[in-house]
Amino acid sequence: MSILVGKDTRVLVQGLGATGRFHTDKAIAYGTQMVGAVHPKRAGQVEVFEGEIDPSGVPGRDETYRVELPIFGTVADAVDDTGATASVIYVPPPFAADAIMEAAEAGIELVVAITEGIPVQDMVRAKRYLEGKPTRLVGPNCPGVITPGACKIGIMPGYIHQPGRIGVVSPVRHPHLRGGVPAHPLGLGQTTAVGIGGDPVNGTSFVDVLRLFNEDPETEGVIMIGEIGGTAEEEAAEYVSREMTKPVAGFIAGTTAPPGKRMGHAGAIIAGGRGTAEAKIQAMKEAGIVVAPTPTDMGQAMLEALGRA
Amino acid sequence: MVATSVEEAVAATRQLVEETGTPVVVVKAQIHAGGRGKGTFREHPDLRGVNVVSGSGVEELEERVAELAGKMLGSTLVTVQTGPEGKTVNRLLIEQGVDIRRELYLSILLDRSVSRNVVMASVEGGMEIEEVAATHPEKILRETIDPAIGLAAFQANRLALRLGLVDRVGAGFQAFVRSLAEAAEALDAELVEINPLVITGDDQVVALDAKMSFDDNALFRHPDLVAMRDDTEEDPAELEAKKAGLSYIKLDGTIGCLVNGAGLAMATMDTIKHVGGEPANFLDVGGGATAEQVATGFQIITRDPNVKGIFVNIFGGIMRCDTIATGVVEAVRKVGLQVPWWSDWKEPTWRKERGSWPSRGST
Repeated sequence: MSILVGKDTRVLVQGLGATGRFHTDKAIAYGTQMVGAVHPKRAGQVEVFEGEIDPSGVPGRDETYRVELPIFGTVADAVDDTGATASVIYVPPPFAADAIMEAAEAGIELVVAITEGIPVQDMVRAKRYLEGKPTRLVGPNCPGVITPGACKIGIMPGYIHQPGRIGVVSPVRHPHLRGGVPAHPLGLGQTTAVGIGGDPVNGTSFVDVLRLFNEDPETEGVIMIGEIGGTAEEEAAEYVSREMTKPVAGFIAGTTAPPGKRMGHAGAIIAGGRGTAEAKIQAMKEAGIVVAPTPTDMGQAMLEALGRA
Repeated sequence: MVATSVEEAVAATRQLVEETGTPVVVVKAQIHAGGRGKGTFREHPDLRGVNVVSGSGVEELEERVAELAGKMLGSTLVTVQTGPEGKTVNRLLIEQGVDIRRELYLSILLDRSVSRNVVMASVEGGMEIEEVAATHPEKILRETIDPAIGLAAFQANRLALRLGLVDRVGAGFQAFVRSLAEAAEALDAELVEINPLVITGDDQVVALDAKMSFDDNALFRHPDLVAMRDDTEEDPAELEAKKAGLSYIKLDGTIGCLVNGAGLAMATMDTIKHVGGEPANFLDVGGGATAEQVATGFQIITRDPNVKGIFVNIFGGIMRCDTIATGVVEAVRKVGLQVPWWSDWKEPTWRKERGSWPSRGST
């Protein structure tokens, strides 16, 4: 078991530019079931991917792959033809919110938006559009979702993950901060790692992911990585103390960030005295979360949290 | 009216008096920071950033405006938001004097908890909203805007009634706030803050002061806003970094950081602090940086005289490590590197090297 994605997830890619093509190739090498691409000007063509497989990916495959990915003009056509259930978005920022809405309209269950730099008002409208629809949006401005050994959607390298029993949730793009590397030497491994993105308006929240991990029988504990800005980490801590039955460890990036300055991510800003790392760490500790002082200590913090449980 | 010289300030004053018939104007320093009404000039400690000027006639008024503008232009205004170094005043705003009956607060900004814009209003005009929020949270009125509808008429009506605005003033306020909500969305504003919003003696609704900030990600569709940017207001190093596509923020420590990824950059700063050091900067070279961008990053870091060493923390797999290496070499060739640096490459396995390069760092 895992959450959101698994070996049966059938994935479309929206946006086949250099970035989209590169990461689609990596996903196929990992063993993800990429079933089609959407590009309005290239409908009817195929895009060929071939190379050596990523040995950290889905087990039991041949050592090389060759995939002829069909290209469709619209998401609806692609869904009709391929039965895709998930979509990953690499469309450039001015058009990305529209791509999210198109995927939702076509009935895609899971939309993972990797694109960084989507205007906030576009996302406000897109999120309004998703209301009442069954589609789940992860991101935007996120690394994606990976269930190690089964399915990789996004830009994270496969080899830093290994199958296991820890769930990871983080807004941060960087896999190093997503519990991948620090958890590895301790033999923890992950059920699923979810990057929810660093934008002020995003689809799936910390609480949504924590709830999914809480209900997933295979997940034994969760690492949550947060950063300055907003109150999502505080809301997550509140959920943990109220409902979470599994141990949680965490880390907050931005202890040294000065107020009023945007630290790269659009959402990472301490404004009006709110969104500080101190407040978030305090809320997490009060909720019983073991907070690591540096990213390197996250694996150890997880072990400590598991021991306490 | 905006004035960048004493002559323009006097001309603006003359025109305003002709229009209104009253020899009263307000002269405001235009800088990218708030708190101007309470801020003072370093060169003229008794002078504030916002001044009401009156005269017995238009000639006396013009003389006083000229003297004031001469002192304010080119001087350094220090407010709670500028930090102790202050900001140089290059522009003044000359406005008509207003007969103020009531001062209100009005703003529109994103409420992240619901992913929608919210209108905030308060009868406590002129005060910092954070202060009102802390002391009298019940005095802050909120209306969430549905992006599919805009600010509905009933919401504008509710705000007007709760602010005690009825009849002609109420109608004027409702039209004002609905237009403002439309403008905020159309301009991709992150924040529109009108403080104070004034009700005049003759029932007019006037924005006496306004602060707007815009979503950087949406500037591609607002070339008119980009043209209004005053680069002299920005920190030169941060501006240079921005132009090179890097995200750089200067801090007060001694250890420079060059990192790929905002989250990792923050965590690197935190780790330096955790082990007893002080980071000199935040610098995210992004996911697809070129060697030139990396070289620019090094140049910006080494220009800071406080920097005693540089920590390079790169996660490969997204960023190619040889790009970073080429960038450092280029920076050394261009400007020389007088400080020690330490790198932490993480591709394909943990690898730490001091002052030497992996032959090829990434896949």
